[in-house]
Amino acid sequence: MKSQISLQLNGDKVSAEVESRTLLVELIRQRLGKTGTHIGCDTSQCGACVVHMNGRSVKSCTLLAVQAQGADIVTIEGIAENGELHPMQQAFREHHGLQCGFCTPGMIMSALDLLKLHPDPDDREIREWLEGNLCRCTGYQNIVRSIKAGARAMRR
Amino acid sequence: MDAKAKAAAGARRGAAGSAVPHDSAHLHVSGEATYTDDILEPRGLLHLAVGMSQKAHARIRQLDLSAVRSAPGVVAVMTADDIPGENNCGPVVKDDPILAPGLVQYVGQALFVVAAKSVTQARKAVRLARVDYEELEAILDPLQALAAGSFVLPTETIRRGDSRSRIAKAANRLNGRLTLGGQDQFYLEGQIAMAMPREDGDLFIYSSTQHPGEVQHLAAAAIGRQSKDVVVECRRMGGAFGGKESQPALIACIAGLMANQTGKPCKLRLDRDDDMIMTGKRHDFVIDYEVGFDKDGRIEGIEFTFASRCGMSADLSGAINDRTMFHCDNAYFLGDVSIVSHRCKTHTVSNTAFRGFGGPQGMFAIECVVDDIARRLGKDPLDVRRHNYYGIGERDVTQYLQKVEDNLLHEITDILEKTSGYRDRVRSIREFNAGNPLLKRGIALTPVKFGISFTATHLNQAGALVHIYTDGSVHLNHGGTEMGQGLFTKVAQVVADELQIDIDRIKITASDTSKVPNASATAASSGSDLNGKAAQAAARKIKKRLIRFAAEHFSVGEGEVEFVNNEVRIGKKSIAFEKLIHLAWFARTSLSATGFYRTPKINYDRSTFSGRPFFYFAYGAAVSEVIIDTLTGEYRVLRADILHDCGKSLNPAIDRGQIEGGFVQGVGWLTSEELWWNDKGELRTHAPSTYKIPTSSDIPLEFNVTMLESTANREKTIYRSKAVGEPPLMLGLSVFQALRDAIHSVDGYGRLPELRAPATPEAVLDAVALQRNGEVRL
Repeated sequence: MKSQISLQLNGDKVSAEVESRTLLVELIRQRLGKTGTHIGCDTSQCGACVVHMNGRSVKSCTLLAVQAQGADIVTIEGIAENGELHPMQQAFREHHGLQCGFCTPGMIMSALDLLKLHPDPDDREIREWLEGNLCRCTGYQNIVRSIKAGARAMRR
Repeated sequence: MDAKAKAAAGARRGAAGSAVPHDSAHLHVSGEATYTDDILEPRGLLHLAVGMSQKAHARIRQLDLSAVRSAPGVVAVMTADDIPGENNCGPVVKDDPILAPGLVQYVGQALFVVAAKSVTQARKAVRLARVDYEELEAILDPLQALAAGSFVLPTETIRRGDSRSRIAKAANRLNGRLTLGGQDQFYLEGQIAMAMPREDGDLFIYSSTQHPGEVQHLAAAAIGRQSKDVVVECRRMGGAFGGKESQPALIACIAGLMANQTGKPCKLRLDRDDDMIMTGKRHDFVIDYEVGFDKDGRIEGIEFTFASRCGMSADLSGAINDRTMFHCDNAYFLGDVSIVSHRCKTHTVSNTAFRGFGGPQGMFAIECVVDDIARRLGKDPLDVRRHNYYGIGERDVTQYLQKVEDNLLHEITDILEKTSGYRDRVRSIREFNAGNPLLKRGIALTPVKFGISFTATHLNQAGALVHIYTDGSVHLNHGGTEMGQGLFTKVAQVVADELQIDIDRIKITASDTSKVPNASATAASSGSDLNGKAAQAAARKIKKRLIRFAAEHFSVGEGEVEFVNNEVRIGKKSIAFEKLIHLAWFARTSLSATGFYRTPKINYDRSTFSGRPFFYFAYGAAVSEVIIDTLTGEYRVLRADILHDCGKSLNPAIDRGQIEGGFVQGVGWLTSEELWWNDKGELRTHAPSTYKIPTSSDIPLEFNVTMLESTANREKTIYRSKAVGEPPLMLGLSVFQALRDAIHSVDGYGRLPELRAPATPEAVLDAVALQRNGEVRL
């Protein structure tokens, strides 16, 4: 069965005809061409596919596209402003919060949601929050450092 | 880097030795970094799915694919019979079929391939196959294989001296059996390839691979063509860790074959479960040992028998198990040795490269042995470790007869012992344990000595290609691949130094078999050693031409031409780099060069396992402290202190990342990551729901990482740096030994702890029960 849905993607109104089984991540990547949202495990474990839906972080591989009807979706491509990296993006770059970079978009989108609840998170809060985002390269140290630095920059 | 360049380095962006961010960091953080699955899909792309064997060992009586062929969206189906060329993706021995030709040898082995208009259609169609298996007896673990005499390669032995009689005469003896699990690479980006047909039957393949050259050779052979007919490109991988050394050939050959068959572009992306079931992992081992030692714990003779699960084919198991034999000394002079290495054939997925490449398993073994020696003698394990360290100028020859010339073990241990407060902490842990019946703490300091070079000497070569365009911008290419380790950044830093230009003038380009041919896999930690030197050679060739041109053009001596900070000093004047480039081009100077490098000094005879397989050693050490709950087996790493040697680091930020990430990955291997097969040979931990890599909250609460300060590599490596990819993984051994220390305290440091790896909470609980009751309660 196919349905017509419309939603906001990174501030733009978009609409698409999707099958009822189509996943949100498939819609974002394959239909809408935003490939910064990655598929790591296909099963809602690794967090590489985290995007924001109506301001909260969600794993887009476990939501159906039809569930996003009318929603405001923001992906990693939607957080930079006027061609300038978002302070959290800048922090991940400067503080080496990445190696292969595959988990990075999900990490950043997840971190931004954390900061809505705790604008000044401590190490433990960051580490617990990130349990749903796997990274195989960094050992997480620089990711935690980056998020703290990003949070500082955002409070300024 | 010469002194002048060094003085000037501060004025240029991206000089060697500076902590510049990863060259793709701005793309990673903005979602613009293009991984293979993100490449704009070509018109008419077909999506592939693989039909996998459901039996560990069986003959295929009948493969009925009629329902598959008629499923919605299916465009083509392929079996072994449809392969026009060689049905092989084995890297060394041709024993790895791309598609099983009538005999399956592991659960998950590729049987057939479906091409459909969408991923979902392809995956749904695969399930409609009807396979009639005639089941055969399956060998599922190394011990069964040993009993049956089932091997993928011949057993190898190193013997030095007379270990039997040395052990017999020793004041003390110990023997035991160690079991050590494997590890899934769990790169975040799964295996993927996209193949595009080109004119004249040629293929272009995007492959997520550490070894584009091998993918090229194997894919060409599979379609019955030559290497010249296939180009393979890889800009970046989303992690690899050895899992994309030989394994991508299967994926890329399938995509290439189907593109060849259909004339359409074809993409194969394995989903995570299929990836974990279908592709190889770190070898698990059963290790028997017997050791003789003196009253102070110094080893006089030792015998090891290693049996590894290689799976159904040879893959890279020969070199991997050789490296186990080369690293079962770790930091220690072993005296008389006998090392026997069985490469067991099992009806499970063919195991393969994983960061450390057999080395970690050998080091695991000796660390357990040395630890037990100390515990048997009632000595501090660190004292016994130090007592067995390779000496400087004495007791310095390894079991493969290479002299350890660059020994930093003593220096590193001296520093770390102090900075970590090891001795005081041992005392306070003992006090804590005496007063706490349920929670127990443990601590261990373990060293790392890791040999750098491919043990297959011929692989220690690399090529690079450098162009300079008329505007002074530079195109850099080399045979190495980028998997997140920062290789591309480091090599660009080298070229920036050689040409004395800002790093952002250099375009770092995708690994491409048509630019640099026959490149070795980016593996064995050798990426920057090899490719850095090759790129340096290319840059120097062009620079030499430029100097000759400038001297002629401006009528000065060649010695008066000097490249400094984006400028070129010519006699008394100075011109911009790009100005000189333009002049040189106008005067018809070649501004393109290849560079080549082969590692010097290495020389090793595999028939006797002797010589110098390694150019040098990388060193490090870690102190880890853990606390265990003896009622549940759960534990935490409270603190880890690491001191690691990177030589003169090309990029301290990148190297630090390798140390932290390597340690955590090593800890995962030995603690939470458990591969579990059932008695039908089915892997039951094939997704992150059941296979647990470390998460952010598993990291030590206190984690201090330091690099040994500016210790230049004594060998002439690129700017005297050292390889850093694999060695830090084995710093994770300290956590396992700390767990043993905690378990040992359960009966007041009595019987020797028996802890299997991975030390899951279940394994810790078993070990605690053994310690307390002398038996494992169920």
